[in-house]
Formats: sequence, structure tokens, C-alpha cells
Amino acid sequence: MPIEVRTHATLAETARAFAASRGAHILGGGTVLMRAVNAADPSVATILRPADPVLRQIRTEGREIAIGAGVTMAEIIAHRELGFLAPVARLVGGPQVRTTATIGGNLFAAAPYGDVAGALLALGASVVTGEGRRMPLDDLFRPHAPRAFVATILVAPSRDFHFVKVSRVRPKGVSVMSIAANLPRPGGRLQDPRIVFNGMGARPMRAVAAERALSGQPLDAATIARAASLAAEGLAPEDDAIASAWYRREVAPVHLRRLLEGAA
Amino acid sequence: MAKTPIRFSHNREEKAVFVDEGANLLDVLRRSIGDLTPKYGCGQGTCGACTVLVDGAPQLSCLTLAETVDGRAVDTVAGLSDGARLSALQRAFMDNFAAQCGYCTDGMLMSATALLKHNPRPTREEVVEAISGNLCRCTGYEAIINAILDASQGGARRTG
Amino acid sequence: MPIEFRKDYFADERDDDLNEIGKPTQRQDMTGHVTGRSPFYDDHQFDGLTHIRCVRSPHHHARIRRVDAAAAERMAGVRRVILARDVPHNLNTLLSLLDFGLDDEELIASERVAYRGAPVAAVVADTERQAREACAAIRVDYEILPHVLDVEEAIKPGAPAVNDAYPDNLFVYHGKYDHQKLRYGDVDAALREADHVIEGRYQMSPIEQAPMETCGAIAAPETNDRFVCYTSTQALFFSLGTAAKLLDVSSARLHFIGGTVGGGFGGKVDSLHEPLAILGTMLTGRPCKYMFDREEEMQVGAPRGAERWYLTDGVMNDGRIVARKFIGYFDAGATTRLSSYAIIKAAGHLPGPYTIPNVYADIYCVYTNRTPATAMRGFGITGVDFAIECHMDEVAERVGMDPIELRILNAYRDGDMKAHRRLAKNTALIECCQVAAEKAGWGLSDAARLASSLRDGGGARAELPRFTATDENGRVSGYSSGSYARGDGAGTARGESPPPPARSAPPPPPRQRPERAKPDAPAYREPQREPAPATAGPERAPPSAEPHRPDPNRTEPRRGPTRFSSISGFRRR
Repeated sequence: MPIEVRTHATLAETARAFAASRGAHILGGGTVLMRAVNAADPSVATILRPADPVLRQIRTEGREIAIGAGVTMAEIIAHRELGFLAPVARLVGGPQVRTTATIGGNLFAAAPYGDVAGALLALGASVVTGEGRRMPLDDLFRPHAPRAFVATILVAPSRDFHFVKVSRVRPKGVSVMSIAANLPRPGGRLQDPRIVFNGMGARPMRAVAAERALSGQPLDAATIARAASLAAEGLAPEDDAIASAWYRREVAPVHLRRLLEGAA
Repeated sequence: MAKTPIRFSHNREEKAVFVDEGANLLDVLRRSIGDLTPKYGCGQGTCGACTVLVDGAPQLSCLTLAETVDGRAVDTVAGLSDGARLSALQRAFMDNFAAQCGYCTDGMLMSATALLKHNPRPTREEVVEAISGNLCRCTGYEAIINAILDASQGGARRTG
Repeated sequence: MPIEFRKDYFADERDDDLNEIGKPTQRQDMTGHVTGRSPFYDDHQFDGLTHIRCVRSPHHHARIRRVDAAAAERMAGVRRVILARDVPHNLNTLLSLLDFGLDDEELIASERVAYRGAPVAAVVADTERQAREACAAIRVDYEILPHVLDVEEAIKPGAPAVNDAYPDNLFVYHGKYDHQKLRYGDVDAALREADHVIEGRYQMSPIEQAPMETCGAIAAPETNDRFVCYTSTQALFFSLGTAAKLLDVSSARLHFIGGTVGGGFGGKVDSLHEPLAILGTMLTGRPCKYMFDREEEMQVGAPRGAERWYLTDGVMNDGRIVARKFIGYFDAGATTRLSSYAIIKAAGHLPGPYTIPNVYADIYCVYTNRTPATAMRGFGITGVDFAIECHMDEVAERVGMDPIELRILNAYRDGDMKAHRRLAKNTALIECCQVAAEKAGWGLSDAARLASSLRDGGGARAELPRFTATDENGRVSGYSSGSYARGDGAGTARGESPPPPARSAPPPPPRQRPERAKPDAPAYREPQREPAPATAGPERAPPSAEPHRPDPNRTEPRRGPTRFSSISGFRRR
């Protein structure tokens, strides 16, 4: 089957085409989608290319920053207001991937990719669909969540954000897992901590047990140890060419402990 | 099969071709334009052998939907030398013995070109970062890093 | 790092007149590399180029009940589906060109697949995408068979038989034994008298060569009834001979062009792409490209094979190693390719660069349902060297000796007899150890610092053992040795009687495991030289227009004494 590529000038047109064709895929930077095309993946028959310039915009909306889904990693790194996300974007792929890979595409990139998505989930980001519907990013990652055409990501900058990517090769190595954590401590005690693992399942997942262990506590050694021991609880790591599920379960507490110690 | 007409600047020359829908830029450059300098190494964005510049930024041509370069500028190794005269970067690759089998060389040259354009005096660390998306299997990284440093302004190998 | 010459060593053994060594010399292909004009095989352009993709087994081991290509044949852009019956002579082993081993591998599987990724059908289509989609449309009905992925499991009784030519899952050496033997002195007696007996088990996983350029070939018709083939091969004449054999044509009709290889490291000798690309061209009249994608390169492309080694050393309190015994298992994967040869190399390498008076080795080339293994940089040597040097450290620790001193003490010296019955010359392990220790700031005793490869060798150390314990373990019957190592002297080590003919071999002594049934007839099958039956209509004409034309290439293999020298390890001097 030949591939069909359709380019639409406005978000609304793309959204309509996306709703009308169940098998349609949205082209972000192409770093994931074109792999499937090159492999003649039969599930990719229709590609929608949204050309609306709003997708490439970054603007401040109140205390949030609205990032168009088509903004690339390189653009995030270069943007003054997005310094809190730059360390995450800088660890995506190599230079050639960062010039093309988009923040919107990353939301749909399965592990070992999708570390930016994990970071956004930890930051409590929201998304706005092409139809203009706003929803928390958590909803996008729920099992059996309906497919969505994400146009904009809304995220509030945080000074309490921490991120670590675990890989065996530097500077460019594929992710064994990544941990993103937002750890606000008003008055010295953790309030609504969010910890997200990517690579411990197909999609980014919150380490709910560890979050619960931290909530309301000071970030001291005892709390860190307790949270770390619960790191992998409720997560579903898999065996793949990068690491075994067993290995991931074993090292997840170690990396969470180091992250928390670094934050303390 | 539906064909889509695209126009783009290829090494500063205007080209117009019809591309298959879904075709990647690597195939279009190699098969339609006849520019064989970008190489297929993986087709999945891992190896960097197909690196070209799109509007000056390094990009993996195997993962670039060809029609997305419509109206843009694509530069490859075929445009690096001025006739028979090699560029300083190509010269530095020769002088530093920075190629063995030669298959990664085109991608390395383009990543290095992108780096030196935006950062004419890179540190060693910046060079390493710039070619981190390019694999070399003959393990010639040191020679390649030295070549890029040699080609940079100042020319001397520095430690970063 | 600058090269440091140590010309003080062995200064009297050579003239100091090196003009090139140590000076950078430009590659002749460097200008091509930096301008992107070096002609790799995929850089040859043809109008109407078609693309070959293979349907591959998703199973480690299965019987092929049925291949249904009807839907694929009707798909847009599909020029031809190639099945096993379309391959004129669909059985080969790479080293058959050296008359070493039995044909044991099909270009396209006919009845059985024995590793994941084995090709079951090939599609020739106008675009790569069409070829991929047609492959996906070919239905293969498999009966899944039990598989074995571990060398020692594979040689247990009742293990699934992986390879039809070798039903016991073991390559047969010299038509006589199910392993390669090395016998030098009496290891068991020496072990009994040693102060320490030190055992170890070492293994190495398969290693993929992972060249930047994936393996492949492009074939096209020439105007003179020949076929041109641009290939990434590292072994042009190997690939030429293999293609001529599989396609049953004279090699004079094949015009091979190679030379620019985008990284090989041993992984581009297997000659799988050239015959299929040419066959595609013969069957369609079109230029055909057959190229591994990256996934195939990693999964199907043959790696350096896995090895497992058991070492037993007999060591005296003063650190002298008096006996060393090896049991080695090479994982050939499903077919032989070059693993049999890797073992010959390994046997010639034992017991490492040490003078040990009693050495014993049984090395098994084992078939498993893993990807067939092939060449890679020093294959046959690297795995066992890893084992030997790890074991040297173990020995040093057990006898309480410095590991470098232990190596210097046991290192071979010029004039020493080695286990494969040749005198050591130009040895330099001692000097290497001394320099390494010096660079590392590692203190050595005076004796070790003063040791020299030029001293203390030869004499009694040059003598062959007075007694070598031999045995008939692993004797097999029913195999012909072929011309390899046949009694023309080339395969006979000095001072030993020629091997008895395989057919009149004494009955095998009791073995440690029950003998499995052997085929009655010799397993070696004469190649089928009849032309391939024309199985379909005129569009399926046999590829060769004149299949009965006598082929000047089909003479008996030459048996000159030096013909197999590099492979047998019995080089004539």
C-alpha cells in the first residue's frame, strides 16, 4: 500500500482529518514515524502533516508556558524561558535528532524514547488538543486513553524539578530509564511530590508508592530510603535489548535515591 | 503511486523532483538527485551516516519525509569542495587520517560542518557532542575529533 | 599517542632500515572518502533497479509445511517470488571451495528452518516498500520444532538435530572424529603429579561485527551473457565461487566488482547476497539489489560465534605449568560457515604463548539453533585467549605468584617445541611483559627482569614428548574426509603415520554418551549437478539458457600439498 501524506494549513483541518481517519498518524519531527515508514509498517498508511504555524510557537500564558507541539528539542534548548526543560531536551538523541524531534512527538514516543514526556508528566503539564480541549497530561497516558491530536503543551516552570537519564553511553546513549521529579517543599516538607519513571513500562508512569512515602515528609535520609525502596512498586518494566526487567527493578531504587539525595 | 512535486536548493542549486509519498530524503537525494554522498546505515536514526544539513541544521535524511524540505536548502558533502579544491575540513580529515572505511565520513563531515558554522572555535568536548549522533565502527573517533579541531579557527588541537 | 620504538630489543635480528613503518602513509582511497565519491556497492546506479527482500523464519526451529506466495505474486510491483526450488544448486558450505566440510546450508530454506531469520522466500519488486509488503503477504505454514540454544545442551542425547549433514550436532573433523583433537604428551599423568590442579570455565557471547554499511550486492545483466555483481564482500573470489556453485553457472559468466567495503571486520565473507542478487537478475532480467537492513544485519548477519572453554592446569609450587587441558565448545549456530576453521586455528594456538610439556584439547564445533557464526577479527583465537589469560591470573593467585612473573616463567622462548609440533621462533612475550610492567610501574623480580626470549629455550625444551597419550574418543564412522587432509602428506604431521582410511576404521571405543544412530550411507552427498527442473511456465525458465554446457570449472578439486595449508595448520616448510 502506498503511503498517503496530507498537509493541512490549519489546526482545525488537521483535527478534522485526524478524527475522520482512525489509522492516520500525525507527523511531528518524523524521528519515530519515519522509522515505521521505512520498515513498511502496515499500520502507517496515512500521515497528516499539520502546517499551522501555531504549532511552532512558544509563548507565555499567565504562569504557564504554551509550547506548540511542533517545537523541536533544539528550539527548547535555545529558548530563554524553557531553561528548566533544557537539561531534558539536551539528552534526547544526538544533534541531528534534536533538530527535528518535537515535544509533541515525544508524548507519543514509546520507551526507550519519551523522556521529555516523563518530565512533562512530573511537572504536571496539560495539553490542548487540535479541537481546543484542555486536559491534564496524566489523562493522555492512562491505559486505553483515546487517541488525541495534541496541538499545545502547557507547563509551569518549576525550581523544584529534577531529572536523571540513565544510559550506558555518553554523550549520546539510549535510555535505560529516566526519572523526572517535581519536589516542592514549602516550609521544608514535600507537598504533592510527583515522580515519573520512563522506561519502566511502555509509557511514562508515576511512582505512586514512592510519592506517597515522600508526601508531607522532610527530604531526609530516612524518607529517601523509604521512597527509594518503593521506587519500582506498581511499575511494569519489560525485558528488551537495553536491559532486563529484573535489572531495571534492581537499579530503579538506586537511581531514585541518588536523585533525591541530589535534591535534598 | 502518487507523486508529489517538490523544489529545494541542493548544494546551492535549485532542484525540482517528483517524490513518492512517504519517501525519505535519503532515497530522494540518492535515487532522484543522484547525490550518493549521504549513506544508508540504519534507516532508524541511530548511525548518522545519512546526515545532511537542512537550512544549515544537521538532520537525518533517512528520517526526513522528503516533502518537508520543499522550499528549503539541503547541503551535502557533494557541495563541500570548490571544484577540485577540498574544503579546509576535508583537508583536515585527510591530514589527520580521519577515515578508514569511509562509510561514516560523509555524515561526520556534515555534522562537523554544522558545528563549525555555528561555533567556529569549539572545545574538544563540543566536538565530541557534535558528532555524538554519528557512529564510526572502525573506531576512528580520536582522529575525527582532531581533524575537526584542526579545521576550526585557530586550527590547533586543544583539549577542552 | 606517539609510537615508541624499542629497537634495543632483538637489534641483531634485523637491519634497522625500515622506511615506512612508523610513518603515516596516506590511504589511496582517502580523497574518495572525504569527497563522498568512494564507490560503495550501493552507489552504483541502475535504471529499473529492483529490490530483494526475504521472508524470514520467526522461529528458532521449524518444519516448513507450505509456502503460499500466490497473493504476493499478484501485488503491484512484484516481479518474482523466489523459493528454494528456484535456486539451481541449493546446498553449499562456504569452505567447500577448499573442500573442507559437507554442504549444509541452503540459500533459501526448503523444508526446515534452523535459526530465527533463516530465509524462506525472497521477493523481487520494483521498490523496497513493495518488496517488504509482498514479504508480509507470503504465508508460511510452520510446524514448530524443539530447539536448542546452548552448546552443551545440543550434544546431549535426545537434543534436537539442528543440521542434516551432521545429525549429532557436531562437525566431523578429518572424516574421523566429532571434535578436533590436540594431543601432546600425557596430560593425565602430569596432572596426577602436579602440586595444584586448577580448573576454570570461561565463555564468550556472540559478537556482531556491525559494519556501518550493511551487507549487500547489486547484480545486473551485462550485454555479453554475463552478470555483473557489485558487492560489499570482503572475499571477492570466495563470493564468486560460491555464487557460481549455488547458481550452477561457470564463474566466467560472473563479473564481480568489489573493493570498497564500508566496514567488514570479518562479517562480509558469507557470500549470501551475491548469489541471490544474481539469481534475481537471472529470473527477472532486471538489475537487483539485495541489501540487509540494519535489523537483519544485527539479527541475521553472522556474528563471531560464542565459545565456552573448560581449562584444567597442572601447576607446580614454583609456578611451572606442567599440564594444560582444554575442552572447548564453539557455537557454530545452525550451519558451519567458518566455525570449523575457527577451531583449526584455535587448536594451533593452544596452549597460548607458553611452553607446557603436556597439552590436551578436545574442541567441538557444535550446531545450535542460533544465527550461524562466521569470521571476525582473530576468530578462533580471541575467545580462547581470553580464557587462557583469565586462567593465568587464577593460577597466579592459587600458587601465590605475581601474575606477570608467572607469565614470564612459563613464556615460550625461541627454540621451544610447541604443542602443534613446531619450534617457536621470534618469540617476544617476555619482552612484552617486561615493557608492560615497566610502563605500569609494576615491580618485577630480578629474575623476571633479566629473562629473555633468546635465552633458556631449545635444548630439552625443543624435544617432542617421549610419549603422547592418544585415544579414539569421539570416533565416528560413515564420513569421508574428502580431499582435506587426505594422505598426500600435506595433512600428515611429521613422524606420525598417515591416518587409516575412514572406511576401515576400528570400531569406536565406548564413549561417555550413547552413540546416536548414524546414517548408513556416507553423509557426504555428491552435489546435484542436474539442471534445476523447470517448475513453471515460460516466465519461469531456468536461469541458464544452456544448462548442459560443460563447465570448465567442474574439475576435481586440486590437491596440491600447499592448497589447504592455511586451513589445515600443517604448513609445509
